[in-house]
Amino acid sequence: MSNSYDHDDGKPGFFARWFFSTNHKDIGTLYLIFGILSGLIGGFLSFQMRMELMEPGFQIFDNPHTFNMYVSMHGLLMIFFLVMPSLIGGFGNWFLPLMIGAPDMAFPRMNNLSFWLLPTALICLLISMFIPGNPSGDGFAGSWVMYPPLSTSGHSGPAFDFVIIGLLAAGFSSIFGAINFITTIFNMRAPGMTMHKMPLFAWGILVTAFLLLLSLPVLAAALFMLFFDRNAGTGFFDAAKGGDPEMFQHLFWFFGHPEVYIMILPAFGIVSHIISTFSRKPIFGYLGMAYAMVSIGVVGFVVWAHHMYTVGMDVDMKAYFLAATLIIAVPTGIKIFSWLATMWGGSIRFAIPMQWALAFIFLFVVGGVTGVALANAGYDAAVHDTYFVVAHFHYVLSLGAVFGIFAGFTYWFGKMSGYLYNKYLAAAHFWFFFIGVNLVFFPQHFLGMQGMPRRYVDYPAEFEFYNKMSSYGAIVTLIGVLFFLIWVAEAFIVKRKAGDNYWGEGANTLEWTLPSPPPFHQFNTLPRIK
Amino acid sequence: MPVTPPSDSKKANAKVVKVTVLIAVAMLGLGFASKPLYDTFCKVTGYAGTTRVALETSKTMLEREITVRFDANTRNDLPWTFKPEAVSVKVKLGQNALAFYTAKNNSVVPIVGTASYNVSPIKAAPYFSKVECFCFTEQRLEPGEEVRMPVLFFVDTLLAEDERLDEVQTITLSYTFHNVENPGEDAYTKEDREKRLNDLQSVDLSQ
Repeated sequence: MSNSYDHDDGKPGFFARWFFSTNHKDIGTLYLIFGILSGLIGGFLSFQMRMELMEPGFQIFDNPHTFNMYVSMHGLLMIFFLVMPSLIGGFGNWFLPLMIGAPDMAFPRMNNLSFWLLPTALICLLISMFIPGNPSGDGFAGSWVMYPPLSTSGHSGPAFDFVIIGLLAAGFSSIFGAINFITTIFNMRAPGMTMHKMPLFAWGILVTAFLLLLSLPVLAAALFMLFFDRNAGTGFFDAAKGGDPEMFQHLFWFFGHPEVYIMILPAFGIVSHIISTFSRKPIFGYLGMAYAMVSIGVVGFVVWAHHMYTVGMDVDMKAYFLAATLIIAVPTGIKIFSWLATMWGGSIRFAIPMQWALAFIFLFVVGGVTGVALANAGYDAAVHDTYFVVAHFHYVLSLGAVFGIFAGFTYWFGKMSGYLYNKYLAAAHFWFFFIGVNLVFFPQHFLGMQGMPRRYVDYPAEFEFYNKMSSYGAIVTLIGVLFFLIWVAEAFIVKRKAGDNYWGEGANTLEWTLPSPPPFHQFNTLPRIK
Repeated sequence: MPVTPPSDSKKANAKVVKVTVLIAVAMLGLGFASKPLYDTFCKVTGYAGTTRVALETSKTMLEREITVRFDANTRNDLPWTFKPEAVSVKVKLGQNALAFYTAKNNSVVPIVGTASYNVSPIKAAPYFSKVECFCFTEQRLEPGEEVRMPVLFFVDTLLAEDERLDEVQTITLSYTFHNVENPGEDAYTKEDREKRLNDLQSVDLSQ
């Protein structure tokens, strides 16, 4: 390919630039801003939940329905509107084209559609909180898993229909995004950038895009069926009409399990680059790392029923899902050990992104270990739907995926904005957040093992000690979040200019060859990779 | 101005889009097709405790005995009293057995109900065969009407050959009656039930 494109480097005016945007960097920025806003709303909901659970009895909420509505909305917002937009839409749009040496995404206009479907979806979800859910109150209180019959005959009001429409919009947004990423990766790599030379973040996005493409349509089908069951008198999930509510659980988790890898694989990619940069060494076992992600993606599709051991399934079936689930620990282990091996003998700098990345590894291992424990059907039967499960998935998501987001954000902030941040403020963000979330979620392991169930507004006095500790953790986390907002604002106010490659030796992917921030259109002459 | 890729890459892009859209549509289709697929899967494997439907009664019998327990439930919105006549029965493998449930409509309006069913342990489901069951059809009960409803079943002799079921001594057959909102034309009424009961008189239960 030659440098024959028709070019106009002038940026369009404000409205055209941000609302009709077809530029991958601008769309990435929109995704990141959107993710932060949704994260703040979702975080606000969970903060209220923690304050409620500070003591037994009712503090903030006046009925269990509203509490469970907060639980449900917190989950949906964090998954579909914080983690996915930030990691995939935000960093994916910003850095995938830069890393593979492409001038933009393959379908810039579809990219715009992908983004703008999301605010639409978010508005639907937010509206659902204020309209009748069922006779007990407003909003949908059936958790992010949306199991019937609670989501069908249990929620007679229109709130859940808004949730369905919102999630369908978010789902189609992700499917369009996935098609865009796959096409970009397959067709727009710079000359010499073979698949086996592609940066690991690009590999992470590629696998994620395929998972989205294969799993989200199944969720869409399940949501359509729920919608028909609610509004058109069908009985897909109604035993009285020959349906089976258990089938919904199968469909949901056939999507839901790949979904957890969708949320973590891009973070794996980001962490790989950071570990490599701040160890001043190439990543250890590059091919192993890439294919570990591929195999996590493949095996992730055949383990779904470990989320539903308690539906009453045959013991052979449990044995299969148990074994298949444990197998995932192998490629995940390859990744963890390769990160450690990358650092081994490296010249390590403990810069802020490296702190986030190291914390990511530690926390992901903690969550991974409880995951291996939960994979055992016998143990799961004991702690199913308790706070042990809550602690487990928050360690891999709230503390895994979110740490991956902050790692990427601190690593690339200078590249995206052109400004350097104050490292003391950023360090305060890290330490308050790290200590805070551990204080929130570690005691929840004990609560779960003592038998405290999820999704309850109240609890007996025996559980008060660890609940209090967990709620204090939420306050520490909140201070961390405030430091995050402060360091971002400070960087934009003080405007310390960032150089092309402000991390120096070790940061050797293509985005570091460009100015910070990169020009509106980059790679007029495609880079050649040797 | 957005960057326009050269035309050869446009063609390549179209190819990838075709494949990816096909994958997405196929998965969407598979999601909807899961309903018949799931039903078939349950029937074939006995998943979720789905019992077999036998076209004719059993012709062979073994000495091994199994206790069959009967369980009855109604959904909240169905004002019926529904219970088994006997709590349990001992049968030999392959022996045809006839059990009765009674149902009474406690309301002042006619109601059509339908029963869903399964057996526990789940692994016994592929060997539990029903020849005749009130759960095969919808049942219409007049106000205050009380009826006896038959289940003609046998436990397949093949159960003895399955090592996984060596420790199974009891099988529980469970029914839940649901209210049918839009009953079909062929809901069983009093006459239909009496006719079926007469037909069942001829079944040889010693075999």
